[in-house]
Amino acid sequence: MDIHEYQAKELLAQFGVPVPAGGLAYSPEQASYRAREIGGDRWVVKAQVHSGGRGEAGGIRICATDHEIQDAAADMLGRRLVTRQTGAAGKLVNRLYVEAATDIKQEIYVAFVLDRASERIMVIASSEGGMEIEEIAESEPDSLLRLSVDPATGFLPFQARELAFGLGLDSGLVGKMTRILSCAYRAFRDLDATMLEINPLAVTGSGDLLALDCKMSFDDNALFRRPQIEELRDRSQEDPRESIAHDRGLSYVGLDGDIGCMINGAGLAMATMDMIKLAGGEPANFLDIGGGASPERVLMAFKVVLGDEKVKVMLVNIFAGINRCDWVAEGVVQAFRTLKIEMPVVVRLSGTNVEEGKRIIAESGLPLITADTLAEAAEKAVAALKARKAA
Amino acid sequence: MAILIDEKTPIIVQGMSGRIGKFHAEQMIAYGANVVGGVTPGKGGETLLDRPLFNTVKGAVAETGAEASLVFVPPPFAADAIMEAADAGVRLAVCITDGIPAQDMMRVKRFLRRFKFEKRMRLVGPNCAGVISPGKSMMGIMPDHIYAAGRVGIVGRSGTLGYEAASQLKALGLGVSTSVGIGGDPINGSSFRDILELFEQDPETDVVLMIGEIGGPQEAEAARYWAENMKKPLVAYVAGLSAPKGRKMGHAGAIISAFGESAQEKVTILSDLGVAIAPNPSMLGETVAKVLKSRAAA
Repeated sequence: MDIHEYQAKELLAQFGVPVPAGGLAYSPEQASYRAREIGGDRWVVKAQVHSGGRGEAGGIRICATDHEIQDAAADMLGRRLVTRQTGAAGKLVNRLYVEAATDIKQEIYVAFVLDRASERIMVIASSEGGMEIEEIAESEPDSLLRLSVDPATGFLPFQARELAFGLGLDSGLVGKMTRILSCAYRAFRDLDATMLEINPLAVTGSGDLLALDCKMSFDDNALFRRPQIEELRDRSQEDPRESIAHDRGLSYVGLDGDIGCMINGAGLAMATMDMIKLAGGEPANFLDIGGGASPERVLMAFKVVLGDEKVKVMLVNIFAGINRCDWVAEGVVQAFRTLKIEMPVVVRLSGTNVEEGKRIIAESGLPLITADTLAEAAEKAVAALKARKAA
Repeated sequence: MAILIDEKTPIIVQGMSGRIGKFHAEQMIAYGANVVGGVTPGKGGETLLDRPLFNTVKGAVAETGAEASLVFVPPPFAADAIMEAADAGVRLAVCITDGIPAQDMMRVKRFLRRFKFEKRMRLVGPNCAGVISPGKSMMGIMPDHIYAAGRVGIVGRSGTLGYEAASQLKALGLGVSTSVGIGGDPINGSSFRDILELFEQDPETDVVLMIGEIGGPQEAEAARYWAENMKKPLVAYVAGLSAPKGRKMGHAGAIISAFGESAQEKVTILSDLGVAIAPNPSMLGETVAKVLKSRAAA
């Protein structure tokens, strides 16, 4: 789960990481009020969307007057910000964060990630902050410092010192840096984060360290014990199709094609999508219906997939282990009748109770297209799509 | 003997008195697995499916001599249950539970390393379908009837895609020595490489089918291990050619976040190392058959 920059800053501040003075605004008037509250003579107005690359997309503006703040806020609010990470649809800007501008002397990069290779939390730092980590890796690879944390001991003070000195900081800043690293690590660990990035962490003209931009992502599997994090979820930043599926306990990812998919198991779902692609089609979604799929659950999954207007053909592929083909078949028949489906639906059933499932489909009298293998299912779905487009 | 389990392996089920635990324990017993008891804290002394229940894994091991444990414990408590099994001297734990926090798994992996290698418990999963040695034993949730006994080793992240592979093999008259689900989580007990090592040593396995997916470094690591250390042929498929970058595809671990983690990149790495690639998921069986045939001809 992702959160906004201002939320990450609030969390990090609670753990002792210094951040600039700032406030949230939902309107140009509020933005201008926030700036007066903060004081000073230069401010940054930042669009709050779940995406990086906001600056180059016009989502971050430095302002010196009240007029400029109101202009910037009016420009951004209500607009969909398109960055290189969001895709063409962009993300809706419905809140802004107004901050005191910082006099930046140097920009440092700091991140904590869950490293799959070492199966540990990894700390990454570079003296060449301000650009994306990919760019640092490309242009200044020697500046990258990496260190892994033993889960038995946690992040140790000497490790933080090693990094601070490794960044080439003035000795006056090493103590501050060590403290920031330890605080950020505690936030990562205590909140079950999977990624925490402070970029840039600025060395200011007055010799302080300040976290100017922060990103945090969290482990969905740990949300059960982090209700305060789940509270931070912002549905306006999600694909509406995915929000609906998520609320119904279905694992769904919206894509751009026109063949709707309903499959059990994440691996089989990906494989079926691959098969559709190889047959010359494009999947509209990833959907794992999971184990224990009752007829009601199948009906619900149909509603979610068909909620996407791009879908022209449905493909159901079930290899039942814990699931039962007869239940799935009943669900398909029910969905077809209740939702008055007119598009072609291809059904492939295999595994537990497959004969019963096939009988239910055959005896329903509905124009369902059946397939015995994965390849056949994908080919029939693509053929049905072509026939529909030609008609 | 196939790998990991056979008909003799004494198995306990942690969380056996739960609805899911009981259902699958019953299936396992019907299949011929040597289930010797269950563990549910608070139910020690009771009997379920004609097997004794214990309060602790230590108690169960002491009474039954259990060597393997199947973990069906809910996500908040699963990591603790796995560590309890390791501490009790269980040799193999298979964890089915989906949804364990990644930091809990980090702790589990670190805990397992406290034990000397010879005494260290092997963990398979979590978030997997389990292990089956067809005709001998099963620890997991797979539909057992789709597996024929034979000499193909299967190791995969996904449960249902593993079923797909087993049924394609069966349709071609090929059987399975052991099928191992290593699970879809980013941090898991046994890696592809760990399981390949076991298959290489198993006299009852002739060829290995590895079914990977997007995300993480394990497929590439396994292929490098194969190229340097294995004599048996390896066939591989990587799911997720159509998966977009940065999006999690169902499995907590199925996300492309670095170079070398997309399906295309993994396929390139694997085929450069000489692994036989199944070009699509409907050719898992055929590709294995082809490799076996060319082996026999050589």
